[in-house]
Amino acid sequence: MKVVNTYRGGPDERGHFGIFGGRYVAETLMPLILELERAYDTARKDQSFRDELDRLLAHYAGRPSPLYHAERLTQHLGGAKIYFKRDELNHTGSHKINNVLGQVLLAKRMGKTRVIAETGAGQHGVATATACALFNLPCVVFMGAVDVARQAPNVFRMKLLGAEVRPVTSGSATLKDAMNEALRDWVATVETTFYCIGTVAGPHPYPAMVRDFQSVIGNETRAQMMEAEGRLPDTLVACIGGGSNAMGLFHPFLDHPGVRIVGVEAAGKGIDTGEHAASLTGGRPGVLHGNRTYLLQDADGQITEAHSISAGLDYPGIGPEHAWLKEAGRVEYVAATDDEALEAFQLLCKLEGIIPALEPAHALAHVMKLAPTLPTDNLLVMNLCGRGDKDVFAVAERLGVKL
Amino acid sequence: MSRIAARFARLAAEKRAGLVAYVSAGDPDPDLSFEILKGLPAAGADLIEFGMPFTDPMADGPSVQAAGQRALKAGITMDRTFDMVRRFRAETDQETPVLLMGYYNMIYQRGVERFCRDAATAGVDGLIIVDLPPEEADELKPHASKAGLDTVLLTAPTTDNKRLPAILKYASGFIYFVSILGITGTRSATEDAVANHVARLRTQTRLPIAVGFGIKTPEQAAAVSRHADAAVVGSAIVDRVKVGLDKDGRPKADLVPGVLSFIRTLADGVRSVRK
Repeated sequence: MKVVNTYRGGPDERGHFGIFGGRYVAETLMPLILELERAYDTARKDQSFRDELDRLLAHYAGRPSPLYHAERLTQHLGGAKIYFKRDELNHTGSHKINNVLGQVLLAKRMGKTRVIAETGAGQHGVATATACALFNLPCVVFMGAVDVARQAPNVFRMKLLGAEVRPVTSGSATLKDAMNEALRDWVATVETTFYCIGTVAGPHPYPAMVRDFQSVIGNETRAQMMEAEGRLPDTLVACIGGGSNAMGLFHPFLDHPGVRIVGVEAAGKGIDTGEHAASLTGGRPGVLHGNRTYLLQDADGQITEAHSISAGLDYPGIGPEHAWLKEAGRVEYVAATDDEALEAFQLLCKLEGIIPALEPAHALAHVMKLAPTLPTDNLLVMNLCGRGDKDVFAVAERLGVKL
Repeated sequence: MSRIAARFARLAAEKRAGLVAYVSAGDPDPDLSFEILKGLPAAGADLIEFGMPFTDPMADGPSVQAAGQRALKAGITMDRTFDMVRRFRAETDQETPVLLMGYYNMIYQRGVERFCRDAATAGVDGLIIVDLPPEEADELKPHASKAGLDTVLLTAPTTDNKRLPAILKYASGFIYFVSILGITGTRSATEDAVANHVARLRTQTRLPIAVGFGIKTPEQAAAVSRHADAAVVGSAIVDRVKVGLDKDGRPKADLVPGVLSFIRTLADGVRSVRK
């Protein structure tokens, strides 16, 4: 790995972050992906596009989200001073809306008349359905049949918002299969349809575009921390499935070597059981869904099923920029198990009166290990990227409570 | 001359188009799959596309997805796929081109150089990699060329004349024109649309042109043959494999003959057109 003088310069003009990323898609899609790249490039330099997005983020999504000092948790863990970036307070209940508003605005600008999306936990699906309602665009959300069953409240939300939810039964019937099916739809409808990808993965320009839209999280955090403490944070922690909330928080800080950055993958039942979703910890580089990145796979390259209590982390890959940051050594990647996340979930409810989504409960599980080892003047920011309303039924079942 | 070039030269001499038959390696199980493979030349397949089953075939419709799932469930691996081609060359046929079709991760995991060497050694003639557009083809092309494998790139209705030179830079053997916007085995293009696109491609390349996606009947195969150098049929063939299974997924006695006799009707359709 050659030494770089910035960690924020990627991707290159071919969409590569080192060996990762790229555009591994069917030729049918390729010309349209190039068109998307051009359209996004023009839009992001256009002040009127940025103004419109900023207006929506402020008045529709409710940004900026607060940076909240979690005093009771800090006291309980006895170490680092813990702040939450409260992206769970956004409209629709997670960070997903940041990206979706940007992409749907772009879809409008490109004259597309239909939007499709994939979803795992349903948060990205709900956010996309919301933006499509706002912009009066028909919306189809592909969702693994397994996830449809375990995220029933979000399925109903999407339907209320006017979206069509298509359960996907192929393969393992989870997020990766939903993405396959969305790509299959897109190949057949590409001239009229905008594919709104929910994470920092897929063919270039998606990883960079989604990161840019999510970087509002890190940019706000930086300003808010300067306001609160007069300096940058020391430690950042975020959960990672595809990795969009993490990339959004991390990216503005990558070139500050004093900021320690930790991404937390889902270890499911434990890395050594093989039943997990930790592609960086337990996978190796491969090509899927339009990009090269770390994947869970067998020796032949067949993709293996991911396992996590959290539908939003249940994906056998990860955004290519994370793969690059791992190999560059800039970001530490660790993992938390289902049980650890459940414990963290309950702790946060009782201690701070916040019901987190199971996804950031993984980040919190790592904070519970890390914070006590750090000095009290260590400023730690965890991205609380989603709220847990959608998860209460699954958690109840897991805890053996009948509702 | 490569087997692919020799085959297209012979088709030109016979003044007809060729039939490219797609079957998934290992479908419905490795033994029967090998029986089908062995029977393809006699059934009238001029070229063979041997699909490499993949867990996540993004460009394939339900038929080819199901075929791949059957094969993976029955234990197909890359080693066994190469072994089938090796036995096919040793026992059955030295002349009919065999191309492996599939997704890049299968190649990348084996190591591109090793994959190309293993494929060529087994008797494979070319690769058709669905998710490797010219933007990424430079990581495969040198190794394929070194091993003597053709790289057949795809063009689509969305591929404009500006993009074609980039595709032609990496293409060899023939050009595969995907005749519809969509995945395999779904809708079909009109004959006019095929004629127009093939004519456009011919102004840019002298490589033979095969047309695929959505060709399901002998009549459609004949219509495409009036314009293209070859017609590719896949989903309709693997559907015949499914027809040959009982309700519990066990092969019935007439599975292999059923698949091969269907291919014979497609070959008759292709051969009904004189050029």
